[in-house]
Amino acid sequence: MSARKILIVDDELSVRQSLREWFLEDGWAVTTAENGNAALQLMDDGPYDIVLLDLKMPGMDGITVQKRIRELDKDACVIILTAFASVETAVEALKLGAFDYVTKPVDPDDLSNLVRNALRQRELTEENVRLKEKVSELAQASPIVGDSPKMQRVFEMIRTVAETDSTVVIRGESGTGKELIARSIHAQSKRRFFPIVAVNAGSIPESLLESELFGHEKGAFTGAQYRRKGKIELAHGGTLLLDEIGDVTPKMQIDLLRVLETKRFTRLGGNQEIVSDFRLVCATHKNLEQLVEAGTFREDLYYRINVFSIEVPPLRERADDIMPLARFFVAKYARAMGKPERAVSPEAERLLVQYRWPGNVRELENAIERAMVIGSGETIHSDDLPLHVENGGAVEPVARSLAAVEKEHITRVLDDLDGNVSQAAKVLGIDRATLYNKIKRYGVRRGQ
Amino acid sequence: MTPPVYLAFLNGYAPPWQDVVAGGVREALARPVRAVPVQVDLAPAYAREREQYHATLILAALLRQVPEPGARILGITPFDLYIPVLTFVFGQSQLDGTGAVVSTHRLRPEYYGLPPDEGLTVERTIKEAVHELGHAFGLVHCPEYGCVMHASTYVEEVDLKGASYCGACLEELHVRRASAH
Repeated sequence: MSARKILIVDDELSVRQSLREWFLEDGWAVTTAENGNAALQLMDDGPYDIVLLDLKMPGMDGITVQKRIRELDKDACVIILTAFASVETAVEALKLGAFDYVTKPVDPDDLSNLVRNALRQRELTEENVRLKEKVSELAQASPIVGDSPKMQRVFEMIRTVAETDSTVVIRGESGTGKELIARSIHAQSKRRFFPIVAVNAGSIPESLLESELFGHEKGAFTGAQYRRKGKIELAHGGTLLLDEIGDVTPKMQIDLLRVLETKRFTRLGGNQEIVSDFRLVCATHKNLEQLVEAGTFREDLYYRINVFSIEVPPLRERADDIMPLARFFVAKYARAMGKPERAVSPEAERLLVQYRWPGNVRELENAIERAMVIGSGETIHSDDLPLHVENGGAVEPVARSLAAVEKEHITRVLDDLDGNVSQAAKVLGIDRATLYNKIKRYGVRRGQ
Repeated sequence: MTPPVYLAFLNGYAPPWQDVVAGGVREALARPVRAVPVQVDLAPAYAREREQYHATLILAALLRQVPEPGARILGITPFDLYIPVLTFVFGQSQLDGTGAVVSTHRLRPEYYGLPPDEGLTVERTIKEAVHELGHAFGLVHCPEYGCVMHASTYVEEVDLKGASYCGACLEELHVRRASAH
C-alpha cells in the first residue's frame, strides 16, 4: 500500500522541518509549502490525505488558503495550526469545514491522536462512498434466470472467467441482460468487495465521456467547479463496466487503449498521473469483428479487450427460459405493486412462448409489467399482453411475403392512430390515396 | 568490518549505567556499540522561554562529531528536548541518516512525581535509543505494539513496548544492511 500523503503549510522553516521529520518517521509521504500560493499549487497537482495549515502566514492568510483548498478538493481534511492568540480565527476555520485545530506548541500525543482521527474520518468517508456504491449495486442486482442449456453454458463461462482478472467482452442483442452478466462476473470475482462502476459509452457524447471516464480538475472546462474523480479512478480495486464499447469514438479508443496498457491516466486539465487497478468488462450489441474490418474499431484495442468473450443468446433461442422468466417478473412486480402473484393462462403462455421477442428479456419484462398493471383477477390472460404479443407478432412464420408484412404494419399504424388515415399516411410516408388503395387491397380492418 | 554505533553521552553526562545501555543497544542491533563522552556546544540549542533544548540543533552539532564514515552516533542528554511545533520530544533522529539524539529527562519516574527507579530509567533509555537508531537505519514507525519501533508519545507507551525489533522490522534492517553493502 502506498504511503498516506500529508501537506504541511507553514511559513516557519523550523516548523516545517520539525513536522516533516515527525511525519516521515511515522511513514507518511510528506510535502511542505511555505505559503498559501505554493500550497494551492501543490493541491492542484494532486490530493493529500491531510493538510496541516498554519493560520498566520504572510501573503495569503490561512483562512483564505483553506477556502481555496476546499474549492480544489471539497473532501480535503484540513487541520489548523495556530498560536493561542488566534483561537477565534481557528473557530472560524472550523466553521468553514476544517477537521480540527491545534495550538502551537502541540503535545506530541495530541498531534498523533488528531492525525489518527482525521485519517480515520477520511477513511470512513471513503469507505462510505464505496459502501453506497455497493448498496446501490446490490439494490440493482437481479438474479439471472435461465435453465436452458445455452444459459447454463453462459453461467459456466461466468464462473470460469470470474476467477481470473482477464478483460471480458459480453456480446448479445439489446435487452439480453449483458449488464447482469457483467455484474455476476464482478460478484463472483475477488474484486467483489470493491465497486463495479458502469459507463454507457453509447449514450454519452465524446467530450462528456472523456470527463466521465477520466475525471477532471477544477477549471478543466467551463462548469468544472470542482475536481471530480472519473469512473476509472472510482473503479480502483473493482470492475469497470464499459457498455456499448462498439460506439466509442476513434479518439476515445486510443485513450482507452493507453489506460488499459498502463493502468495510468491523468484527469482532464491535470498533469498528475493516477494509477487505477481495475478489471475491464465490456458489453456490446455490435459485431466488433465487422467494425474492425470496416476500420471504425481499432484492431489493437479489439485484441486488448477480446481476451474472453461471452455470447448471451437472444431470448428466441432459449424458449425454455421464457416461462421461468415470465413467472420471475410476475413475482417481482406483484411484490413491487403490493398485489398477489398471478398465474398465466395457457393461451397467454402459448403467446409468450411463440413470440419472437426482438427486444429480448427487457421486452418480456415490460410485457409482464404491463399485464400486472392493467390486468385484474388471479390470472394473466392473452388480452392483458401488449397488442403485438397478443396479435401473435411471433406466431407468424419468418418466411412471409412482403404483402403480408405490409398489411400487418398498416394495421398496427392505423390502430395506434385510432384509424386516422391522414395521419397514418404521413407516418407511413405515402399519400392518402395510396393508403386507401392498400387498405382496400389487403382488406385491412381496425383491430385486426 | 561493520562500522560501530557510538553512544555519545553529552557534555559530561556520565550516568553509572552507560555500559548497560550500550549492551542493550548492541543486543538489539547486533552491531558493535561504544559508549563515549562527547562535548558539543549546547548554548545555541537552548530556548530560554521554554527552558528546553532544540533537538534538531543538538543533532546538527552532533553530526559534526561523527568519528568515522558509515558510523552512527546517538547523543544522550539529561536535558529536556523539543522541536518547534511540539511541546517536547523523547528524541529525534535523521531518518535513514547518521545521527540521533535522546533525552532521559522525561524517562525518569521522578519527572512524573514518582520515586526514582534507576532500572526503569535504564530500560526506557535503551528502548528510546534503539528506537531512534532504528530511524537512523531507515525504519519508520511500526504498528506492532510490542515492537520497539512502535510510536510512543507518552512514557507509558514506552513501557508497553519491548526493547527489540519485531520480525518485520528486523527483516527490513537486514534488507537495508545487505543493500548498503
